[in-house]
Amino acid sequence: MRTLIFRSVAPYLSSLMILFSIFVLLRGHNEPGGGFIGGLIAASAMAIYGIAFGVSPVRRAIRFHPMALSGFGLFLASVAGILSVFPGVPFLTGLWIYPEVFGVELALSTPLVFDIGVYFVVFGSITSTALALEERERD
Amino acid sequence: MALDASYDVDISQAMVVELPPLADWLVVAPLVVGFVFGALCLMTRKDTGRQPFVAITGLLAMLAADIGLFWHVYTNGTVVMTMGRWLPPFGITFAADMLGALLALVTGILGFAGGVYALQDISRTGRRYGFYPFLLLMLSGVTAAFLTGDIFNLYVWFEVLLIASFGLLVLGSEREQLDGATKYAFLNLIATTLFLLAVAYIYGVFGTLNMADISRKAASVRDSGPLFTITAMLLFAFAMKAAAFPLNFWLPASYHTPRIVVSGLFAGLLTKVGVYALLRIFLTLFGAERDILAGTIAVIAALTMVLGAMGALAQNDIRRLLGYLVISGIGSMLAGLALGSATGLSGAVLYAVHSMIVMTALYFLVGIMVERMKVFTLREAGGLYSSAPWLAALALMLFLSVSGLPPFSGLWPKALLVKASLDVGAWWLAFAILLSGLLTTIAVARVFAFSFWRERDTAQKGAGEVQPAPAATSGAMAGSLTALLLLTVAVGVYPEPVVRVTDRIAAELKAPSRYVEAVFPPGSEPLTTEQTEP
Amino acid sequence: METAMAILTGLFFAVSIYLMLSRHIIRILLGVAILSNAVNLTIFTNGRITREVPPIIPEGKAFPVEAVANPLPQALVLTAIVIAFAFFAFLLVLVFRSYQELGTDDTDEMREAEPPNEPAPPLGY
Repeated sequence: MRTLIFRSVAPYLSSLMILFSIFVLLRGHNEPGGGFIGGLIAASAMAIYGIAFGVSPVRRAIRFHPMALSGFGLFLASVAGILSVFPGVPFLTGLWIYPEVFGVELALSTPLVFDIGVYFVVFGSITSTALALEERERD
Repeated sequence: MALDASYDVDISQAMVVELPPLADWLVVAPLVVGFVFGALCLMTRKDTGRQPFVAITGLLAMLAADIGLFWHVYTNGTVVMTMGRWLPPFGITFAADMLGALLALVTGILGFAGGVYALQDISRTGRRYGFYPFLLLMLSGVTAAFLTGDIFNLYVWFEVLLIASFGLLVLGSEREQLDGATKYAFLNLIATTLFLLAVAYIYGVFGTLNMADISRKAASVRDSGPLFTITAMLLFAFAMKAAAFPLNFWLPASYHTPRIVVSGLFAGLLTKVGVYALLRIFLTLFGAERDILAGTIAVIAALTMVLGAMGALAQNDIRRLLGYLVISGIGSMLAGLALGSATGLSGAVLYAVHSMIVMTALYFLVGIMVERMKVFTLREAGGLYSSAPWLAALALMLFLSVSGLPPFSGLWPKALLVKASLDVGAWWLAFAILLSGLLTTIAVARVFAFSFWRERDTAQKGAGEVQPAPAATSGAMAGSLTALLLLTVAVGVYPEPVVRVTDRIAAELKAPSRYVEAVFPPGSEPLTTEQTEP
Repeated sequence: METAMAILTGLFFAVSIYLMLSRHIIRILLGVAILSNAVNLTIFTNGRITREVPPIIPEGKAFPVEAVANPLPQALVLTAIVIAFAFFAFLLVLVFRSYQELGTDDTDEMREAEPPNEPAPPLGY
């Protein structure tokens, strides 16, 4: 799979896919999309990069171990649920704040934090599975 | 954008208006603690030096949350919390009654004991593979399965604990582990998929997945709905998870392959989740169907007990022998479920608690024995009595306990179960319980005779290996084993408080309306979740 | 419509059970994957099949304006798909590893954990 065309295109394709995955993640708040599908797109980007350049460049590129990213996502998702202890509402209740940034009203909420957590969990676990499979192929 | 203000909607029909007291958070506290600390461990996986401290802190916090929950439920009755402010049956409910809280408490104890034992048993490589994060996630999954009040959510927790258990099972990826893990993974996945299939039909028939809601609607659907099919499917799926007789083959094929602390926690926790699910399904949800299936369950129970103990007799490998003892114990719990009387249920729950503690302790004991003997097989074992008499004392106590002999915790549940069987005239069930006890005694007595009393055949093994007792057993391993042992002695010598708790659990299980009333408080108009008929 | 779905689901179950009866682990894996899809279809059919619009509430409204499809089975199926996908990925790695280590994909020959000629326990000293 290490043809010249593929190796030239792969970096751009991967970065585009990462960008698109973040778009899908944020869009998922009100429209179809969300953390799971976003994480899957990002993980496929890593898989493509891995097919083109091998596994170790991918590991260098994402800096952290994929499972550590998964753990970070799980942590974010749990914290998003725990936050509702402060206003005294049940676990996982959605909380909203509307800060104004540069005159634009932003709707920030704990479901968004939870969704970002899901994004990282999916991205981390699928990437580590994909990398494990790609690694074995060259043995 | 603020929804609550701009729309004229009465949200009190769908959402919790009264804010729950802070104490209700105890229902979700154990699993939230487990997830947070599991995530922290996952993030610091490479830092094998500091990770155990994070993990032990987490396990301790989980245990504290479990104790708090148990105490809260013990004093105030069933505690209910619905996720995300939605009223049941719309939101996912967590409902801790005495049964769930007690089993969660034992899970917390075992988790902490396992975490301490693993300080020595799991090497740095094992930690790097992620022993502690998977342990915490598995414990969260098990606890959540005990506490959830939603049947689809129960399926999700089964899968969570299953995937965490896969991670623990292949820790180290040795040949034997890969083989065991493959069988374990496939058969357990098929079992949970069958459970999901039954959930699909429950949803089709009831239009709801909340257990309390199903329980109160079951009576009206009973005549028309295919409830019998659903319950038979659930029995099949959970009997496979619990390793009841014809579906038990995955357990002795896999439980001896991982590290011994992992085997111990699996034996203590995972099959008991299946038993818990059976109790919940057949008593809280579908009581009438249990009466129909009681005869079948009783036969399965008797066969599981006796054949499990016979399997133990036929094993040369000590760890696989313990696997068969786990199966035999499952039979005793199923016997209580089949009897269905208050005494029988009390005995079954007490047996579950006893079995969780003693089975884990037995694996921990075997871990210490093997550390000294370096062999797993009875044919080569020996010489422990002269090198470690204290271990012989601990072992003898545990062996008596698992056989159901006084003065240890195994005696009382068996006494209750035998009494309950004789009450209904099921003398053959009582006979099976006693016979399995006898066979178990023979099996473990043989382990004791060979590995402790017999002198190690020095000529056979070479002189150098036997002489200095290999590195004195670490305090962490012996300590957690002794702690579990003290529990079984305490329950054996002074069973009244525990039996009072299990009697209360049996009474709660016999009266599912109390569970329903805790989720749907009387007075509030029950909301309907009618499905549009096609 | 339900009849057609029931037949399709039955077909899925038949295929998956046939595959799972094989001795070869990779076929069992495919059988398990199809089994989970069969169960997903069952959930979907059990939620009653309707020809309504997706259950999305238009902007500025608090309730859906017309009859909508039942969103709950979709949520259940989605959850089940996610879980099945995760398990499939894990099992694929596991099967591949055990094929590499054990050198066989025949379950009859995978006797590493349960040696075929294990001796009986000693019957006396």
